[in-house]
Amino acid sequence: MKYLADIGSYFIMLGKVFSRPTKTSVLRELILKEIDELIINSLGIVAFISFFVGGVVAIQTALNIDNPLIPVYLVGFATRQSVVLEFAPTFISIIMAGKMGSFITSSIGSMRVTEQIDALEVMGINPLNYLVYPKIVALMFYPFVIAMAMFLGILGGWVAAVYGGFSSSDAFIQGLQQDFKPFHIVYAFIKTFLFAIILATIPSWQGFYMKGGALEVGKASTNSFVWTSVLIILTNYIVTSLLLG
Amino acid sequence: MIRVENIHKSFGEEEILKGITTSFETGKTNLIIGSSGSGKTVLLKCLLGLFDPEEGDIYYGEKSIQEMTGDEKKDLREHIGMVFQGGALFDSLTVEENVMFPLRMFTKKKKEEMLDRVNEVLKRVNLEGANKKYPSEISGGMQKRVAIARAIVNNPKYLFCDEPNSGLDPKTAIVIDNLIQEITKEYNITTVINTHDMNSVMEIGETIAFIHKGNLAWQGDSTDIFKTDNKEVTDFVYSSNLFKQIRDIQINKV
Repeated sequence: MKYLADIGSYFIMLGKVFSRPTKTSVLRELILKEIDELIINSLGIVAFISFFVGGVVAIQTALNIDNPLIPVYLVGFATRQSVVLEFAPTFISIIMAGKMGSFITSSIGSMRVTEQIDALEVMGINPLNYLVYPKIVALMFYPFVIAMAMFLGILGGWVAAVYGGFSSSDAFIQGLQQDFKPFHIVYAFIKTFLFAIILATIPSWQGFYMKGGALEVGKASTNSFVWTSVLIILTNYIVTSLLLG
Repeated sequence: MIRVENIHKSFGEEEILKGITTSFETGKTNLIIGSSGSGKTVLLKCLLGLFDPEEGDIYYGEKSIQEMTGDEKKDLREHIGMVFQGGALFDSLTVEENVMFPLRMFTKKKKEEMLDRVNEVLKRVNLEGANKKYPSEISGGMQKRVAIARAIVNNPKYLFCDEPNSGLDPKTAIVIDNLIQEITKEYNITTVINTHDMNSVMEIGETIAFIHKGNLAWQGDSTDIFKTDNKEVTDFVYSSNLFKQIRDIQINKV
């Protein structure tokens, strides 16, 4: 019953996010601030992880090819498929559930604990529109982060394969172009868009409806990470079954 | 003036407010007092519209809050200033931005005009020069003064304060109490203060509503409260050793 009530409360929250809008000039500033905090501030860690994980994928693939009948270009092919289909959209989103999600939950939760949300309500401001709507808009730029992760993941794979002596540059690039299906990119960005909505709204819901004090803010952040990750994995499974299955 | 008529509010099975009827006068500091858990915060939140009472009504002037349209409620909220117990300042905004917040939200003033008004109210609460500091960089007393500045910046008709001097040293608490009273007179505001601090009662209690177990147990002013023989009130007032000793000294003198 509790889960049903929580699901209901989540959808009611989504409805309220888009009602009674905040003054446009204020909202514009809030959106820019959220783009800076959620998107720009994530680029460094995403770039670092993508480059090195791409490299590891290439090395692992190369090390596991011991049959001479398997062509070397498979290293590039496997790196592209792993990075574009799963690593960049899904793995990065789970990392972002920890980084962005905890930040969103703890910042909104702290505002709840210190009565800042009550202050907004007393002033006649819709706190959900003021706090959550700019985050949803900011995360519409999330696909750009994933596009960067795809590029850097593949670049990391190329660097590791070529400079590690596992493949020639030509073979790696041949692998990248081998059997390329543009729909795979469409599929990756469809699920990235869905993950962006999950990343903006689940942590906001956890923070907004939390009760208690500082300890509960910590618990809400943990719950936020767990539930955001679970929903990302489930959505990934459903979208993959529907679009590629 | 604010009138409260027969307010009932429950949470689950527990009835917190059991039919409170009282009024809060314009240009006066109206205190709601009572021990912890008596229902005074719930009453304040009902007045603010954060809780909807199950029964009864609240009148702002002659208008019942329940009969107000959405626009009328929005208009009313723009005329309400609130000082929360912990200040409730926005952490990510500077003192200046915090005080400017209601102006940015509800007026079409130019930035220069808003800044002038912000500086004026910051001067009024003796906080000149703190404009660019963040709430975490100033003391608790200063945070309360910023909260008061934010509450009055848009010239409210109604000012609500929840435990405005909790967590402050006695000297700063008196400064905050006097500031609220001066502002109430200066701007002719209806001020409602929720407190359990007897010093505040003595300093600024022009009208006092004593809440006990969800009922209005007594009503009067800061002189009457020391004369009443209402048991709940005397238990509350003389729960402090200081007040007990003062009473004993006065009895011995007589």
